[in-house]
This record gives sequence, structure tokens and C-alpha cells, in this order.
Amino acid sequence: MAEIKSNAASVEFRGVTKIYGRSKVPAVNDISLHIEAGKLVTLLGPSGCGKTTTLRMIAGLEMATSGQILIGGADVTRLPATDRDVSMVFQSYALFPHMTVDENVRYGLRFSGFPKKEVIERARAGLELVGLSGYGDRLPSQLSGGQQQRVAVARALVLEPQVLLFDEPLSNLDAKLRRHVREEIRDIQQKLGLTVVYVTHDQEEALAVSDRIIVMNNAVIAQDGTPRDLYDAPANAFVADFIGEANIFPCTIESIENGVASVRLGALTISLPGRGGSTPGPAKLAVRPGRIVLHPAGAADTLPGTIQKATYVGSHLEFMIETEFGEAFVTAPDVDAPFKAGQTVGLGFPPRGPVLIGN
Amino acid sequence: MSVTKRTPSLHPTLVLWATVGLVGYCLLPWYGLRDNFFTFSWLLDGWPLKGSVAPALFLVLQGEKLWLAPIGILLLVPFFLWGRKKTDPLFGSLLIAVGVVGLAWFLLQGFGIGLRGFSWEWLKAIFGDLKIRQFGMGWGAVLVGTALLFLLTLGLAARGAVGGDEFVVGSIGFVIATVGLFIFMPILQMLASALVTQDGDYSLSVFFQKLFSDRLWGIGCLTGGPRCGVAWNSLFLAVLVGVITTLLGLVFALMVTRTGFRYGAVLRALTVLPIITPPFVIGLAIILLFGLSGFFTQAFAELFGVQPTRWVYGLPGLLIAQTLAFTPIAFLVMIGVVEGVSPSMEEAAQTLRANRWQTFVTVSLPLMRPGLANAFLLGFIESMADFGNPLVLGGNFDVLSTEIFFAIVGAQYDQAQAAILALVLLFFTLGAFYAQRFWLGKKSYTTVSGKGDAGVHPHLPPAFRNTVYGVAGFWTIFTLIIYVTIFYASFVKLWGVDFTLTVDHYVKAFAVSWNEFGLHWRGSAWSSFWTTMEIALISAPLTAGIGLITAYLLVRQDFAGKQAFEFGTMLSFAIPGTVIGVSYVIAFNVPPIELTGTGIILVLSFIFRNMPVGVRAGVASMSQIDRSLDESSLTLGANSWQTFRKVILPLLRPAILAALVYSFVRAMTAISAVIFLVSAQYDMSTSYIVGRVENNEYGIAIAYSAVLIAVMLAVIGIMQLIVGSRDIGRRREDGNLSQSRTNVDLPGRGQPALTGGG
Ligand SMILES: Nc1ncnc2c1ncn2[C@@H]1O[C@H](COP(=O)(O)OP(=O)(O)O)[C@@H](O)[C@H]1O
Ligand SMILES: [Mg+2]
Repeated sequence: MAEIKSNAASVEFRGVTKIYGRSKVPAVNDISLHIEAGKLVTLLGPSGCGKTTTLRMIAGLEMATSGQILIGGADVTRLPATDRDVSMVFQSYALFPHMTVDENVRYGLRFSGFPKKEVIERARAGLELVGLSGYGDRLPSQLSGGQQQRVAVARALVLEPQVLLFDEPLSNLDAKLRRHVREEIRDIQQKLGLTVVYVTHDQEEALAVSDRIIVMNNAVIAQDGTPRDLYDAPANAFVADFIGEANIFPCTIESIENGVASVRLGALTISLPGRGGSTPGPAKLAVRPGRIVLHPAGAADTLPGTIQKATYVGSHLEFMIETEFGEAFVTAPDVDAPFKAGQTVGLGFPPRGPVLIGN
Repeated sequence: MSVTKRTPSLHPTLVLWATVGLVGYCLLPWYGLRDNFFTFSWLLDGWPLKGSVAPALFLVLQGEKLWLAPIGILLLVPFFLWGRKKTDPLFGSLLIAVGVVGLAWFLLQGFGIGLRGFSWEWLKAIFGDLKIRQFGMGWGAVLVGTALLFLLTLGLAARGAVGGDEFVVGSIGFVIATVGLFIFMPILQMLASALVTQDGDYSLSVFFQKLFSDRLWGIGCLTGGPRCGVAWNSLFLAVLVGVITTLLGLVFALMVTRTGFRYGAVLRALTVLPIITPPFVIGLAIILLFGLSGFFTQAFAELFGVQPTRWVYGLPGLLIAQTLAFTPIAFLVMIGVVEGVSPSMEEAAQTLRANRWQTFVTVSLPLMRPGLANAFLLGFIESMADFGNPLVLGGNFDVLSTEIFFAIVGAQYDQAQAAILALVLLFFTLGAFYAQRFWLGKKSYTTVSGKGDAGVHPHLPPAFRNTVYGVAGFWTIFTLIIYVTIFYASFVKLWGVDFTLTVDHYVKAFAVSWNEFGLHWRGSAWSSFWTTMEIALISAPLTAGIGLITAYLLVRQDFAGKQAFEFGTMLSFAIPGTVIGVSYVIAFNVPPIELTGTGIILVLSFIFRNMPVGVRAGVASMSQIDRSLDESSLTLGANSWQTFRKVILPLLRPAILAALVYSFVRAMTAISAVIFLVSAQYDMSTSYIVGRVENNEYGIAIAYSAVLIAVMLAVIGIMQLIVGSRDIGRRREDGNLSQSRTNVDLPGRGQPALTGGG
């Protein structure tokens, strides 16, 4: 009985840059990262930021212009895709339309030197793992989108690759299926202990599946951390705004003592954990809409503001509030809160609410 | 991976090519005298010791042709890489060195030492006269040259060229080498020989005198003189034909797609006929209808009591014949373009309050411009290159292609004159080719999106539609008359004189009988017929092969110099057959490549003349196959050769079929290059037919043509069956999977892929 196992290995980039053809701007600019074996790591970022390029360099479909790529500790920088032990699930699935599901799943095994019997056994096990046991004889065109997706996963899994790559795997599925399939992918990854690198531009999807998220912007890494890190302590305005929403306020750091920064925001003074690189002087604060508490106007330790708009959206209330630092977006879980448009209020910042960010 | 691939101590590709090279060097005859190439008679002919059939090794060991010795030594060098990995820098560098030095030496000795010792004066100056001579290269040399080439590409791949892919680098090297050898080299040699005077000297003044002579550029006809220069004649005719065929093509395309016309399939089928008809057959039919004893001429003369004239010979006849012959090509180009204009654009225009006519003029037509340019270019080049029609119909209206022919086969035998005329012809076609690319470069709109486009094309305004119907109807009836005439005339005793029905012509050409040796092919046409079939069947798969490989490189690979590569491979598309013919005669008549009078030269001329057909068919359908298919195959551990074999080729069946069919058809119908290259032993159908026409044996010529048309129809049908198509069951509607258009559909699919026989 063949079983699909995992040969999970780590992936490491050392100062990798990719410049396409005669283009002047790098698609990926001097990136260094380390992905531990057995983890699911997401590359997240807006369209065009270089996620796919990064992924394709792991696969060996693009060659790095400079820098070094290691898989499982071995240098594979110059190795073409064929010779790397990495499988990829494509956005379009890329099932071979002239081969049946079985033939598709066996395809890679045939080139890996397995004996014929084992090829058949493994392919069967692979299809079973994704729940498509009876579908071997069908052509890809006779499957639904979700099933095609699973065949593509099985085809990649049976090779027991060191690293499994997904490029926006859910973008061709309808909304309902997305949640289901992404959970399936996560389940299989955890069950087999695979190293998975997963590309998406959808922050919700990234937060839901990942052990770690690498946020990219403009060809560089904006931040690298666990979903919680990114949400609670975004390193810069871009990450703060890209993952969830955030209000950014200009502030001044007055002093830093024992890692606690004393920050002045208008007339307020707030104490916060200092971040790596913070120094006294002008800085920025990021505050999630749900981490601002509304008080009646003039309450102590609040920032004055005027409500421009109040919207009832069912589960909570949303406010646009004019402050001396521009508009702030605030949500309040209490739908019965007595605030109306036109009213003046005070914005309160509870502990663990605001976060200092770099520029 | 749980199974690790065993790594042999010497790279398998290296072993393969080094062995091939050594076999060529040590076992096969180095020189290729006629029989050595296709038979093994050399085995009994004094091999391995006798000079003319000896392998290089034995020549060198006997102290002859010592300049071959370094090549043998170089072939052994790769074995020093025993135990080294491909990633070892020495591996690549050493192979590159072997390849470069080996090929350079190989070519130097080949071109430097010819039939009369040293070919170049400076070699004589350095080394004195060489008494030994060399013949054309044979199997041994071919294998050694190939081996050196692929050792070089392996070395380049090992050093990381094109992502380190052996197959891709090897293919690029192969295509460059063959295109260089069989397209660029002959053309360059032709250019060189244009400078040579009758006495064998080089002279620029004689060259310019010939180049700018009145014969070519005279404008006598404008000032009342009898004739204009041939260059002007050709240009004038080609522009007219280009414009008319483009307009007609557009008319037909509009009729099929935008008038609710229900017999589009019939029309498409009809367009196949002229494509499988040797172009000059149309010219013949024109003579039968409008010539001195032509049907219509006679009827007209009788009705109005006037003398029948030879009015059709010359510009009018050529114009009619070429328009008939090349309109289908324009149609096939235009229909692709007309269908490609996304209906949603036109619908958008209509919702913006443009009426049908305004929509057509402001949106549809501008979007079709690239297609119009393409169709014009094809018509222009075809007309320029057409040889058969001017030969049978030209009268006193001389054009470049026939002029070239008479310069080389006529009493004058003036190779330089032929080369100069070919140069002018090449200048026109390349000029048009370049102008079109330049123009298109600025105005190419890709309107065919990957997504399925709902919506239908709006119909033409009624008045316009009726004009379209009228023109198309007239053309269709005329075409039918032409074909009926051909068929009927093949059964008539002597057209215009004696209309009694007979099968004499068929008997004379295709009689078969039994004698003591079995089946006896008695008819006079059999010999050329079988030769043509053989050559066409050999060259079709080779053409398709090299065309598809080239298409694969163009569509799927990125490498430095790709644009130049593309330009080079598509160039032969703009080189008229006549030019290829002349340049082959000039280039391949002497060592190191001595091919005139063989069947190989015919095959080669077909391969490299028709290569763009294969490339275009391949590019068209390969762009339909999503690139992620190859990439997923690569990440699944297949190498690029396996990917090409298992994923791309199976999906390319329609393109393969199209390429096979077109290269076969063109090999059967071509005349312009062939007429220079045929020999007594290898005569081709077309040149045989033209020969009969020149002898006024119209009956046989026409019967033979009818048989050719029938045979081609049959062969196309059979190829269709053999290549077949596995239904991959794509739902046609689901547009987001870009590989949906892969079912066999002929000939509409390979639309831009063809140009007529010329
Ligand atoms: N094959 C290519 N040739 C040239 N530029 C490319 C190519 N592929 C991607 N790029 C460019 O590189 C940048 C990053 O692209 P990509 O990695 O696909 O982004 P993402 O997947 O994050 O949307 C983009 O600016 C894109 O235009
Ligand atoms: Mg992407």
C-alpha cells in the first residue's frame, strides 16, 4: 500500500534579485527569507509586487538574476525546474487536456524512475487523498473547477516534493468553494507536514491558512511574521493598511525608557511598547478601527472629533470621524451606542490599541 | 524523491554525440559521391581504403587529406571529461572549445580546399599550390559536423545558456546552423556571383551597368515605346494583384461572417481548390477560355465577326490568372482577422449610437488593418514570385521571375545576370516584407482575448451586402468555369480544333501494363509523378518538424537574439522560389556541398522554402496552449524534450496536420525553385507539365494537372485520417481555459500559414 509522505525541506533566499529581460526595474529586489520545513508560508501583496516571480524562482521556472536560493540547505540557484524537487499547483491548474485524470497524476511519477506498479499505486493513493478515487478515467474537461483543482494538487503531492507551491490556487473558484478548498489544502499540509509556499493577494485567505505571512510590496518584503504579528504589530503603514484596515496618525515620540515609548498625539500622551528602530522624534501610529473606543466629548485622555457619518451594518456600527489629524474610521461593536452624525465625541486609545510603525 | 537517478560517469548526451562524431569519422565515407548517399554500394567499392569512399580516419592513416587529422583528435577530447559533472565549469568550457575550434576548422577546410586545390588566393599565397583536391561532403562529414555542433550546444547549455537546457540550446543551434547553411549562405553566394563578369573577374562597374540597365528599368511604355523594364512590369503587376486579392479576400470574409450567409462551409471548401492547384494550371485554363483558339474568344469572334486576338497574353491574362490563384489565400488570412475582431467592440460602438455602416468604418475596418496588410503582402509576394503563369501566359509582358529563368537556362547562360535579376526581385519582396513589419509594428492590436467573447458580429448594411454578394457570386462562377474547363479539356482531343471526347491524354500519360517483369508503368508521366510523390512525402514531415521546433522556440523560449532569430527564420517566406532556385544552383554546384542533380537538393529547397508555413502553423496553435501546461510538466520532473514530446506535440496535432498538408501540397505544386533544380533523373510533375505546354501538348499537360489535383485531395484526406484527433472534450464555451481551440479544422485553422506554390 503506497502512502503519500512528505520530504519537507526548508527554503532560503539570500539577497535574491530578479530583473526580467531588458526591463530596468527589478521584479524582485534583493530579497532574503527563510521558510522552515513543514510550514505553510504565504506570500501576500498587491498585484504586480513580485509574488509570482518569487514563487517561480523557487520552482526554477525563472532564474534569479543575482543572489542565492537554497532548498533543504542545498544550493539550487542554477538548477532548472526539472532537476529541482519542487512541485507547483498553477492558477489555471494546467491539467494536460489530452490525458485522463490518472495519466495526469502519473505524469511526474513516470519521470522519477518509479517502477510501473508503484506509479499506479501512488497515483491511486494521491487521488484518494484528495477524495477523487473514482475519477481516474475522466478527462479534465469532464470535471468541475474544484475537482480539477484537487487533481492538480494530487498530481503535485504524489511526487512527495520537498516544497509544494501554490499560485493563487483559489482565484478560479467561486466564493463558497474557496473557503472549503483552502481548508482542505491546510488539512493536507498539516497532516503530511509539507512545506508549502502559497501566493495570494487576499489578506483574509492569507490570515486563515498561514503559519507565517510574508507581505511583499514593490518587489521587496514589507514584513514577515505570523498572522497575529502582522495584524497586531504592523511594521509600516503599508502593512497596517493592507492587512485589515488601519488609521494612521502622525505623532511624536518624546522618550523611550526600558522599551516603553512615551508618545504624544496632539494633546494626548500615550505609553506604548517601543519597536526596534524607534527613536525620539516624529513617528506614526497605526490604530485598527475596532481598537478605538468612543467616549462622550471632553472625556479624559481622548482625542476630540466630530462624527461625519454613522452607518449601521448589522453586526456593528461604522463611523467616519473628523479629527485634527484628518478622518478616522472607527467601528463600535455596540449597535445601540448613542452616537449620531454631527455629534462631537472623544476618541480613546486603550492599551494594545495603537502601534508605532516606521514610515 | 525516494528514487534517486543514477548519475553515469560520463554525461549521456555527450557520449551520444561524441560517438556519432567518431562513427562518422572512422566508419562512413567522408566524401559523398552520388551513390554513396542513398545506397551501401560503397561497402563493396574498395571501402575502407579507396580514396573516394574511405572514412576520414583511413584517409589520414594513409597519409592523404592530412588536414582532416585535427578533427579526429578533437572528437576524442570530450572523453577527458570522464567523471566530471555538467555543472563543472571545465565541462562546458572544454566542449565549447571543441565545438568552436572543430566547426571553424571543419568549415575552413571544406570551403578552403575544393575541386582545384585551394579555393582562395590567400591560401595559395601562404601555402603554395595544393595539388590534392576535395569533393563534396558525404555521410562521414555530415555526422562529424552535426556532432561538433551539438557538442558545442551541450557545452553552452552546461555554462547556463537558456537556463541550461540541452534540448533547447541544441534546437536553437540546429535551426541557426541549417538556416544559415541553406538560406543565408546560398543567398550570399548569389550576391557574390552577381559581381562576377562573364570572364570570371570581379567588376563593380559591370555590375552597376547591368543592375541599372534599360532592360530592367526602362520606361519606354510611358513615352510611347513598345515596352517597359521588367522590374517595373513585375512591380506593377504585383501591386495590382496584391490590392485586388486583398479586396476580394475581404469581400469573401465579410460575406461569410457578416451577412448571415449559410454556405460558408461550401465557400471554404471551394477555396481549397486553388490552393492545391499548381498556379500555372489556372493560366492554362485561361488560355483555353480566352486564348487565340479559346472558347470565349472564338464565340466572340463568331458573334461579332471580328478577328480573334491574342489580347489575353500579357498583363490582362496574368492579372486574371494570379487573382484567381491567390484570392483564396487572401480570403483565409482575412477570415481569421475578420472573425478575430471582438463582437463586443462592435456592439459597444452600436450602443454608442453608431449605425452599422459607421461601426464598420470606424471600428471594424481599423481593427482589420493588420490583416489587410498581411493579405496584401502575401498577394504581392506571390505575384512577384509566380513563375508558371508568366511562363505560359506572359506573352511580351516580361517579368523578373521568367527573365531570371531565361538568363540561366537560355542560350546566354549568364549566371551573373540571373543573380542580379534575383537581387532586384529579392529587393522588392524583402522591401514589402520589411515595410509591412514596420507598419504593423506600430499598429498591432490584439483583439482576440483569451476569454470567450459572447455576442455576434453585426450584419453589413443591405446595399453593401448586395455588392458583396454580387462580386463573390461572379468570382465563384468564374472559378467553377475554370475547373470545369480543366476537367473537360483533359478529355478533349484538341481544344479549339477537335472537341471529340477521348481518354487518349490519360492513356499516354498514365498507361500501365503487364510485361515479363510485372507491372510496367508505361505512361510518360509516371517517372516524374513518382519522383514528385517521393520528394513531397519526404520533405513534408521534415518541413513540419523543423517548422514546429522553430515555432516552439519562438513561442516558448526566451533567449538572447530571439528577434533576430525570428526574423531570420521568417525571411525565407519573402524569398521568391526563383531566387532560392538560382542561389541553390550557384551555391551547391561545387564542394563542399555538391548537390545539383540530386533529389536531396529538391528536398532541401522545399524544406527551407516552406519552413515558414510550418512555423506559422506551429506558432498559431502553440500560442493557444497555455504556457502553464509546459511549466507544470517541468516542475513534475519532465525535462523540456519530454515536455515537448508528451504535452506539446499531442496538443499540436492540428498544427502538425496543417503543416504536413501544406508542405506536401506546396512541394507538389511548386514550380519556381524546382525548374532550376530538376535533372533528368529527378524530374518533377510541374516542370514536366510546363515542358509539355511549351511543346504545345496541352492535352497531356491538362490531364496530368487534373490527376495531380485529385491525388492531392486524396492525400490530404489520408493525412487527416492518420494524424487524427483525440477529442479532448473541451467545452467550447468555457473560455477561461485557453486550450479550447484544438480540434482539427481544415483549412481555416492554419490560415496565415500558407502561400501558394509559386
Ligand atoms: N515574464 C515577464 N517579463 C517581464 N516582466 C515581468 C514578467 N513577469 C512579471 N513581470 C513583471 O514583474 C513584476 C512582478 O510580477 P509578478 O511576480 O507576476 O507579480 P504578482 O504575482 O505579485 O502579481 C510586474 O511588474 C510584472 O510586470
Ligand atoms: Mg501573480
